[in-house]
Amino acid sequence: MNITNEPVDAVVVGLGWTGAIMAIELAKAGLRVRALERGPDRPNAEFAYPKPADELAYAHRHKIMQSPRQAGFTVRRTRDETAQPMRVLGKFRLGDGVGGSGLHWTAVQIRPTPTDLKLKTFVDEHYAPGALDEELQIQNYPVSWDEIEPHMDFFDRVTGTSGEDGKDPFEGPRTSPYPLPALKDTLNCAMFRGQAEKMGYHPFSNPSAAVSQAYTNPYGQQIAPCNYCGYCSFYACLNYSKASPQTTILDTLNRMPNYDYLTGANVTKVELHPDGKTARGVTYVDNDGNEVFQPADIVILASFSLNNVRLMLNSKIGQQYDPLTGEGTVGRNYAYQLGSGYTMFFKDKEFNPFVAAGPTGVMFNDFGPGNFDSSQLGFVGGAKVHSSQATGNPISMAMMPGSPKWGPGFNKALKDSYGHSMAVKMTISNVSTRGNYLDLDPTYKDPYGMPMLRMTYDYPQNDLRLAEFLNGKVKEIVDALGPDMVVDGTLTTKSRMNYTAGYSSTHNVGGAVMGDDPRTSAVNRYLQSWDVHNVFVPSGSAFPQNFQANPTALIGALSYWCAQAIKDRYLQNPGPLV
Amino acid sequence: MTQTPSTPPQQGLRRRELLIGSAIAMTAATLGIPFGRLTAAEAAAAGAPDLASYTPTFFDAEEMRALSAICDTLIPADEDGPGALATNVPVFIDLQMDTSYGRGEDWYMEGPHDPNAGDAFGYQLPYDLRTLYRKGLAATDAWSRDQHGAGFADLSGEQRVEALNALSKGEVDFAAYGEPMLDGETFFDFLLQNTREGYLADPIYGGNKGMAAWVMIGFPGARASFLEWVTRHNIPYPLGPVDLGGNFAPLPNVKA
Ligand SMILES: Cc1cc2nc3c(=O)[nH]c(=O)nc-3n(C[C@H](O)[C@H](O)[C@H](O)COP(=O)(O)OP(=O)(O)OC[C@H]3O[C@@H](n4cnc5c(N)ncnc54)[C@H](O)[C@@H]3O)c2cc1C
Repeated sequence: MNITNEPVDAVVVGLGWTGAIMAIELAKAGLRVRALERGPDRPNAEFAYPKPADELAYAHRHKIMQSPRQAGFTVRRTRDETAQPMRVLGKFRLGDGVGGSGLHWTAVQIRPTPTDLKLKTFVDEHYAPGALDEELQIQNYPVSWDEIEPHMDFFDRVTGTSGEDGKDPFEGPRTSPYPLPALKDTLNCAMFRGQAEKMGYHPFSNPSAAVSQAYTNPYGQQIAPCNYCGYCSFYACLNYSKASPQTTILDTLNRMPNYDYLTGANVTKVELHPDGKTARGVTYVDNDGNEVFQPADIVILASFSLNNVRLMLNSKIGQQYDPLTGEGTVGRNYAYQLGSGYTMFFKDKEFNPFVAAGPTGVMFNDFGPGNFDSSQLGFVGGAKVHSSQATGNPISMAMMPGSPKWGPGFNKALKDSYGHSMAVKMTISNVSTRGNYLDLDPTYKDPYGMPMLRMTYDYPQNDLRLAEFLNGKVKEIVDALGPDMVVDGTLTTKSRMNYTAGYSSTHNVGGAVMGDDPRTSAVNRYLQSWDVHNVFVPSGSAFPQNFQANPTALIGALSYWCAQAIKDRYLQNPGPLV
Repeated sequence: MTQTPSTPPQQGLRRRELLIGSAIAMTAATLGIPFGRLTAAEAAAAGAPDLASYTPTFFDAEEMRALSAICDTLIPADEDGPGALATNVPVFIDLQMDTSYGRGEDWYMEGPHDPNAGDAFGYQLPYDLRTLYRKGLAATDAWSRDQHGAGFADLSGEQRVEALNALSKGEVDFAAYGEPMLDGETFFDFLLQNTREGYLADPIYGGNKGMAAWVMIGFPGARASFLEWVTRHNIPYPLGPVDLGGNFAPLPNVKA
């Protein structure tokens, strides 16, 4: 059945982090706002203590995540391969339902640096022409630190970010200190912190959006101190402690009379006016299979970076990027993040891995870009080096090297391994390249008959050379800690992307990047589509390349920045803001 | 290609809870044990179905015998721990077959399939999990009969270890036993992962009977509250596990 809803001023597609921010800010400006969320509602009652303490359901059956059946991706490393659907969830695990990935994220709330935002300028100033691989497509973020930092500051106050002031000499200037002090160190944190300090590095606690003390945020929402329950990354919080759209925004938003939201509303397309220059609204399919048209004056795409790019392509907003000609911008500069590192085993140490907040950990930024000299090393980028204890649940525990994986002696291997390991890892930046991009798959479709998103992606050699350089540095820390045994989980220049079941990260960015030039960006500096001016895409898809920090501090800030541009300028004079 | 989005996984969970819950009530009642005299974990363990008399919901008797023998070989009982049979891992796997996971409802199952795409692409077979188990168990038994003149469950302990080793290394050609697409390595990976899950998951799913595997490794299960413990470094946590059913299991060296 075809249905048309009453028009609204703004429709928000997806109700995760960016959707919640955009909805509350536009509703506060007096607009009539409706959010459309594909998945179910996820009220706090579903996550009452101790229901989320269920490793099988959350970490292995992906209880609150986007399933491959529902909205999958096809994947390949290079253009000459035939992309295959990612049939089983693994490498990255998007959210589904109210809260989005923001409900089961790890909540490390670390900012990029001013250098990260102006990486192209950094390269031009520090590298000789031709010193870097020709395939790189590095671009500056089209906003300055001073423009975007106040929004990171506000988002930190929304999430109650808990961190150590003044301990990271490489951080960009801050408007205000962390709202709350850092989480406490577990044993791995203390060991890593001590050793890193001894070696002259500058370690500090992972900034955490699981809060360390009772806290009331600017929307009046109250967050309770984290109890280190050990069910955080992949889980919804059972203690109202981890920042999520639910714990920080939605209770307040849901009380606003000019806002409402629908669940089970899967948006398949943004509908354009015949001239293709503005959107009329969006079409969604409800749980009964009805096609519903939702008219709106403003369309906000907030369905996660990858889904946003797919919606743009399926709706013909902007032109598909072509890696051969370099023309087109939607799908251009897809980037991810690389993980490399070591797991150490200590027979005589008890790490109590089940005592953990998702962000429990210590990191240092001495290897951020510009913080060490890489101008002669043939790569650009950097890493955050950290020892984290995000979760310690036993099904996915690390096993001691050389121990049996099953059969005789397996019980002993489990006993000897569990609780006796800690890791030191690198989260490595990811340059954008000509050949890493997104487009629509020619063969495979989702249950609504819409083409799936095809990812063509492999690790750039630039980043693998960086990984090899850092492996040696990090190994020095590992050796100095004196473990009984070490598992080498590092990347080398021979490593390739793979889509086996192991988790890597959900830091997928790019594909609809922001920029000052419509030939190399899909949205302008206000996250507004260059082509369809009433469509805004405040999301990780705007990153021109990925840095070493986790993405959401900046994604949240970009959403506030975009909302402000709509409120202060677009509403008075709807049209291109640039 | 039109289909409705998958049913919410919660439904499967509720069913399993019911199944196990009613099994507990029934067994305890039949045994005539007053709950008051047992610890909660003992009561739950006593109430959990006995593997020998358990009636599978998905597998037939022959499949269940083979599966149990495989689980027993993957995690044998020894002086360090209870093993897969004493903790009802085969029950766990049988119950998993009747969930959205077992039915592959979350997996992308549309063709074309290219099982030879290569390891980098992950799972590419056209089978949901329950089909994979059905085919894999039959092929393993057929191969075992061919090699040793007996199904897997009737092999000696040594032969079983050898057979699983060969499976895990991709040395068994299932094509010769009527399965041209399924490779032994993929089947083995699921067997091992699901056995490990059944051993270490919450008992609410039918395995890890009495939380015995958690007691063995020192994992406190669903306690999920450690504010006072985070700064106590390098000291073993003193309390035994609790589970989602509200039971607790004392540590062996601690008198209640
Ligand atoms: C396991 C995990 C750990 C993470 N850890 C960290 C971390 O420690 N630090 C960090 O900075 N970041 C982390 N992230 C990333 C972080 O969660 C995301 O950056 C953030 O949630 C992005 O916000 P978003 O609004 O773009 O997407 P989401 O929060 O995912 O919200 C998107 C919403 O849109 C809905 N949707 C999708 N398609 C449609 C459609 N067609 N119609 C209607 N609705 C739709 C989805 O169901 C979802 O609710 C993590 C992510 C994961 C999965």
